[in-house]
Formats: sequence, structure tokens, C-alpha cells
Amino acid sequence: MNFDAIAQNLPLYAAGALTTLKLLVIALAAGLVAAVPLAVLRSRREPWARGPVWLFTYVIRGTPLLVQLFLIYYGLAQFAVVRDSVLWPWLSSPWFCACLAFAINTCAYTTEIIAGAIRNTPHGEVEAARALGLSSAQVMRRVVLPSAARRAIPSYGNEVILMLHGTSLASVVTLLDLTGVARDVNSRFYIPFEAFITAGALYLAITLSLVGLFHAAERRWLAHLAPRS
Amino acid sequence: MNPTLQVTDLHKRYGAHEVLKGVSLTARRGDVITVVGASGSGKSTLLRCLNLLEQPHRGTLSLDGEALQLVPDRDGSLRARDARQLQRWRARLAMVFQQFNLWQHMTVLENVIEAPIQVLGLSRAEAMERARALLERVGVGSRAAMYPAHLSGGEQQRVAIARALAVEPQVMLFDEPTSALDPELVGEVLRVMRDLATEGRTMIVVTHEMGFAREVSNHTVFLHQGLVEEEGDPREVLVRPRSARLQQFLSGGLK
Repeated sequence: MNFDAIAQNLPLYAAGALTTLKLLVIALAAGLVAAVPLAVLRSRREPWARGPVWLFTYVIRGTPLLVQLFLIYYGLAQFAVVRDSVLWPWLSSPWFCACLAFAINTCAYTTEIIAGAIRNTPHGEVEAARALGLSSAQVMRRVVLPSAARRAIPSYGNEVILMLHGTSLASVVTLLDLTGVARDVNSRFYIPFEAFITAGALYLAITLSLVGLFHAAERRWLAHLAPRS
Repeated sequence: MNPTLQVTDLHKRYGAHEVLKGVSLTARRGDVITVVGASGSGKSTLLRCLNLLEQPHRGTLSLDGEALQLVPDRDGSLRARDARQLQRWRARLAMVFQQFNLWQHMTVLENVIEAPIQVLGLSRAEAMERARALLERVGVGSRAAMYPAHLSGGEQQRVAIARALAVEPQVMLFDEPTSALDPELVGEVLRVMRDLATEGRTMIVVTHEMGFAREVSNHTVFLHQGLVEEEGDPREVLVRPRSARLQQFLSGGLK
């Protein structure tokens, strides 16, 4: 066992963890912002609204994240139109491509989570809102979405943790996230066990913090469903 | 006196099944109208057509002389032509439901201030003041900060009444307001409704509470298979029913 090399490289691991967290936060934020309107469309009755969203989420959820990342990072670069386009500075950046792939992926899962929560809104609550004169937009904004968002918290917590683990794929497009750092340390010192167990421990620490965060969120926002204390 | 709410020749069907076959109803200011009948007689459907939670297939609705503009929908039923008129209309006819239908994620106080702020455009402070007074009046003032799920059924229904009162409706619609309650909780809700009747509120109440119909309402409509079978002063109609159907219903043979 050679943990001295790990100790010397702890600042690298810290930087890697920071990169992982940045990737996670950017992907989650972009994915969530896009998922809310998509979920509203997905839960509508009209085929023109829910059809395309259904197709999007099924394609994304039906293919591996690594394949999506390769398609965006390597696949798009094959086409001259892409290389000559104004988007090329972004699409040639591993950072941007990783964020894009992760955001699209988490967006698809989050859309389904929120759409499911919207469908489970008690119908009587929607009727009561309409019966008191709220407009359709107000019913959505004031009753359906706040109620659905609360119900979605537990499943969304799972999605966040899966996405955290998914960000480890960023290392295959040259990014030095937590896994990337572990690979780097391993290749320099040839200590795979120490290098990856350290990364694993740090992932575990981040996961446990996220679990704690979501439990706090559930206590705060699902208090209305908790048994009377 | 001018009729407040006038309903004429209301028809409603689900597929081939005709639930309402031409029902007319007039509520004048201060009227308390009870609608009674066996389950499946169309009484809840009638009430839900008044604020277009169900779309009737034929009929007219007017409130204080203003007609609700109706146009045919794709499925042959009638929908409101103007969404804004419908929203105003609904707020003028606030409804209380059998299952309370309080918004579970909001506190009691938030439930009551929601419509006044969103629909009537009251400031938050005005709405809170109004809500606290109303919650006090229906006897749940101490529950303002709690969530609906933490209240008894009777308390929830009283909050729902306060929520409906908060939009200052001209007519209140009650859809079997005590049917989902444990027997010992029915009284507290009926008491609140009796107080509202006493202060001159116009109410249309679909109910199975014959005592309430007899003692509080001034007009009772007995629906049978989508038609008004008999109507009039409850002390007359419910005590000396003329039609065989109503006699059977009152003796417990029609449920």
C-alpha cells in the first residue's frame, strides 16, 4: 500500500472533486430548467404536445450516457458543417460537450419524474382551483407544479445521485474530474487500488452529503404529508 | 326580487346516457335551495354544470341578468366562449366539495388567501386579514398555520367553506358537504352552513341531510332520473310528498 503518493496528490483530488461538482451542478441546473416545461407538455392530453417529448425521453433514457457523450464529443466533429459552424468553439471543448451530454441526459429523466408527479396531482385539488376562478395557467403555476415538485423530491434525489456517478464518464473525454484524477495518479505511480479507492471514498462522501440534503428538503417541503407530530 | 341565478333547460349526457333531461332552477337573493334525490339522479351533475366543471349539452345560465356565453365544443357539449368570463363566473359561484379538496401543500391560511390574491387581485395583507376573520368565523382560527392533512374532516370542510367565502361569492354551491364526514363531525359543518343561511347567503346545497333541508332551506328540489320530480317549500314537499317517487325516497326505498 502506498498512500504517501495519494497524500502528496490530495490537492489534485480536491481539484478533481471540484470539477465533478461543477459538472454536476451545471448539468442539473440546465436539465431541470428544461425539464419543467417539457414535463408540462408531456402531461398534456394532446398528442402534438406529449408525443415529441415522449420520443425525446425514450431515446435518451434508452441509450447509454457514454454513447451520448461520444456522439456529441467525437461524432459531431466528423461533420464539416459542424466544424465550420459558429458553435465549433463550444462543440470542440470537452467541458462543453460533457456538460451538454449530462444536461440532456438528466433532463430526460427529470422530465419523466416531474411529469409523473404532475399526473399524480389529486384531481379534486385541480377542480377546486378551477371552481374558485383560477385560470389554467394559475392552476398550473400555483397548484399543480408546487404540489408535483414536492412529490418529486425523493425520486429527484435519486436522479441527482445517479447523475453524480454519471459524471465520472467525463474522464474519458480528457476532463480531470475525480475519476480523471484517479486515472492520472494511477498512471503515474501504478497504484490502481489506492488511486481509485480514494476517488470512491470521495464520491461516497459527496453522495452522503447529497442524501442528507435531500432528507432535509423532504422534511422541509413534505411536512404537509408527514404524520401529525 | 330579481333572480340571482337562473338556470333553464339544462341537459347533460355521458355518451348515450342522459343524466340531466332539462332541469330549470331559479335562486333569488337569500334563497337556500336544497337539491335531493337518489344517487344517480343527477344532482351533483346539476351542481357541477352551474360552474361548468361539467359541460352541459343544452341550457342557459345567467347570474344577475348576465348570461354565461356558451359555444359548442368539439364533443357536442357547451363550453364557455370567454375564459375570462368563466373565471369571473366561477368566483361568483364558489363551490364546496364533498371531499373538501383543500390544497394539501399549502397551510390552512395559504389555502384561504390564494383565490383572493390570484383571482380578485387583493394584496397579501388584505387577503390575510380577510382569511383570518373568516377562519375565526368558521371556528378554525387556531389552525391557520397547519396543513390540511393534520386537521379532522370537519375542520377541513370548514376551512373549505372559508376558502369559498373568501372570494365573496354571490351564490355558494355545496356538493354533498357532509357525506364524507364521520357522523360526529357532521354537526359542526351543518352549524356553519346554518349560520351562513341565517345571514342571508344565497346557497344551493346538494345533500342527503333531510333535517337540514327541512329546517334551513326555503326551497327543495327533488331530482329523479335527470328531471325535477317535485319541488317547493321543504316543510310542504318533504312532509307531504305528492309523487310516489319522493314518498319512496323519503321512506328510504330509493337510495
